[in-house]
Amino acid sequence: MSGSPARARVSALLLVAPLFLFLAAFFVWPLVMMITVSVTDGTVRQVMPETASAIGAWDGSGLPPKEVQDALIADLRAPSEQMAFGDAVRRLNSEVSGFRTLLSRTTSAVRDLPPDQTVDLAGIDPRWGEGRYWQALQRAMPNYTDRNLLAAVDLKRDTEGSITADVSANRVIMVRTFTIAALVTALCALIGLPYAMIAAASTGWVRNVLLLAVLLPLWTSLLVRTASWVILLQNEGLINKALIAVGIVDQPLQLIFNRTGVVIAMTHVLLPFMVLPIYSVLLGIPRNLMPAASSLGASRLRAFWHVLLPMALPGVASGSLLVFMVALGYYITPALVGGAEDQMISSVIAFFATGTANWGMAGALGLILLVTTTALYLVYGRLSRSPNMVGA
Amino acid sequence: MAANSPAFRTGQIVFGAAVVFFLVAPVIAILPLAFNSSVFLNYPIESFSSRWFVELQTSETWRRSIINSLIIGCGATVLSTVIGTLAALGLRNTRLPFASLLRVMFLLPMVVPAVVLGVGMQILYTRLGLASTYLGVVVAHAVLCVPFVIVSVSASLGGIDGSIERAASSLGANPATVFRRITLPLALPGVISGAVFAFATSLDEVVITLFVAGPNQRTLARQMFSSIRENVSPTVAAAAFLLIIGTLCLAGLAGLLRWRQNRLAQASEAA
Repeated sequence: MSGSPARARVSALLLVAPLFLFLAAFFVWPLVMMITVSVTDGTVRQVMPETASAIGAWDGSGLPPKEVQDALIADLRAPSEQMAFGDAVRRLNSEVSGFRTLLSRTTSAVRDLPPDQTVDLAGIDPRWGEGRYWQALQRAMPNYTDRNLLAAVDLKRDTEGSITADVSANRVIMVRTFTIAALVTALCALIGLPYAMIAAASTGWVRNVLLLAVLLPLWTSLLVRTASWVILLQNEGLINKALIAVGIVDQPLQLIFNRTGVVIAMTHVLLPFMVLPIYSVLLGIPRNLMPAASSLGASRLRAFWHVLLPMALPGVASGSLLVFMVALGYYITPALVGGAEDQMISSVIAFFATGTANWGMAGALGLILLVTTTALYLVYGRLSRSPNMVGA
Repeated sequence: MAANSPAFRTGQIVFGAAVVFFLVAPVIAILPLAFNSSVFLNYPIESFSSRWFVELQTSETWRRSIINSLIIGCGATVLSTVIGTLAALGLRNTRLPFASLLRVMFLLPMVVPAVVLGVGMQILYTRLGLASTYLGVVVAHAVLCVPFVIVSVSASLGGIDGSIERAASSLGANPATVFRRITLPLALPGVISGAVFAFATSLDEVVITLFVAGPNQRTLARQMFSSIRENVSPTVAAAAFLLIIGTLCLAGLAGLLRWRQNRLAQASEAA
C-alpha cells in the first residue's frame, strides 16, 4: 500500500504469481497439450525411425528405392515396445486396411531370418510390391498431421493428398449440438424475457419470490436437478401420471431418452442464466418511461415494442450468448436424460477420450468446441461491458 | 391489451406463477422420495422409511464417495481460496501490469467447457503420473473453483474504502499491519463466501472427475451420475436430499455474510 511505486508493483506481481503459475500449469498447459496431441502423429515414426528418415526422399511413384526397403527391414528387426508397436500398427491400418496382417507377417518373417541375409519383402508378402502400402507408410511419417482436424469435420486426405469427404457422424453431431443449443436458447429467451419483465415491474415480496425462484435452482446441484427430471419425465413419472389423470393422453408420452426431455431439462437448468442478465438491464431502465409512452398515446403493445423491448435487448443478447455458450458444452444432462440420438459434441469427445483412448480425435473435436466457446465469450465480454443506452 | 387491464394482470400472474412452478417444482419433487420405502425411484410414496439414508451410510461405495467428496472438496477449497485471495489482492493494485488480461485468464476456467478441460487434464495427468490420485483431483477441482474465489474476493475488496488503509499507514502502521488489521478483516466475508462457492463447485463437479479420477477417488456427484445412469436407485434421492440441504446451508451462510458485509459498508458510509 505504501512505499515506492516499483515496490508496490513487485508486491502485486508476487501476489498474482502463484495463481498465474498454477493456472499456467493446470489450465493452459492441459489445453495446449490437447491441441498438440490432436495435430501430432508420432506413433509410426517412433517405432520406425530409420524408415521415417529414408522414406521422406521418395517421390511416391512406383515402388520406393532399395534404401527405404532396407530401412524398414532394419526397423522391423530392432526390438520395439509392444504397446508403441501396436499403436503404430493401428495407425497404419486406419490408412490402408490389411496393414495389420501385413506387418505382423513381415515382422515375424524378418526376425526369423539371420541378420546378414538379404530380405526380399515382396517375396514375404506380395503386397509390398504394391505402391499404396508404401504411400500409406509415407503419409503416416510426418510429425504433424491435419487428419484429426479434418476427420472432426468429416473430411480426409485421399491417396493423392487432396481433401475429400469422409463418412462419419461428426458433422451430424455438430449440427445437432448447435440445433439443441439454439432451441434451448430460444426457449429460455421466450420464457426469460417476460419473466424478467414481470420481476422488474413487481415490488415487495412478489419480486423476492420471483427472484428466489431463479436463484434456488442455480444453487441446487446440477445432478440433483437432472435426477429430478429423470424422475418426473419417466413413463411412470409424475408428468405422465398427471396427463393421464387429466385425460389429455391415454398412453404415457415418451418424454425421456429423447430430444423433448433434453430440451426441457436443459431449458430448466439454463433459464436463470437468461433471466438474471435481462433483469439487471431492466432495473436500469427508468420506471417512468412506460407511463410516459402511454401518456403520449401509445398502446401498451406499442410502448412495449418501441420503448421497453429495444432497451431490454442488450440483456436478451448477453443472456442468449451465455445460455448458448454453456449449452454447447453440455454433457451431464444429455447423457442422463437424452437417448443415443441426442448426444452432443461433449459426449462424443468423452467417448473418444475415455472409451477408445483416441486422444487425437478427442483433442480435435475439443479444439473446435474450445474455439467456438472462446469466440462467443469474447463477444459476450464486449457486449456486457459496452455501456447501456440508459445510464445504468 | 389495454394498459393495466385485468386480463393483462391475470395473464402476468398466471405466467409468473407457472414459471416459478417450472423452476422450483423439479428441485422439490425429488426430496420426498428420499423417504420412500419403495425400491423404485418414483411416486407414489408407499410408506415413510429412512432405509435409503441407512444405505448411504452402510454401502461401501456410497460411504466412500461421501468421504471422498469431503476430502477433495476441502482440499480444493483451501487451495483455490488461498491462491485466489492472494491473486485478488494483487489484482486490486493499480500498478499491476496486464491486470485486465490476468483477470480474464483467471476467470476463463468458468468458461471453457468441462469436457475440453477434462481431455487436456487426462493427457497431462497421464504424463505427470497424477492420473487417479487424490492430489490430481484436488488440483483439477481447484482450477474450476478459482474464478468463484476471484469474483467474490474482488467484490469485497472493491467495497473497502481506501482512505481507511491510508489513514492507518499515515498513523504509522507498516503495510503488513495495515493488511492484517484493516484489509483482511474487511475482506474476510468475501473470502469466506468465495470458499463456500468453491466448496459447492467441487461438491457438484462430475465431468472433470470422470476424466481424472480413478475408482478410489469416486466422489458423491460422480457416484450419483453413474447411479442415475445405470440403476436408478432411491439412494440417489437420499444423496440428493443431503446435497440440497448442504448447498442450502452453504448458500444461506454466503447470503448471511453478504448481508453483514452490506451492513458494514453502510455503517462505514454513515460514519
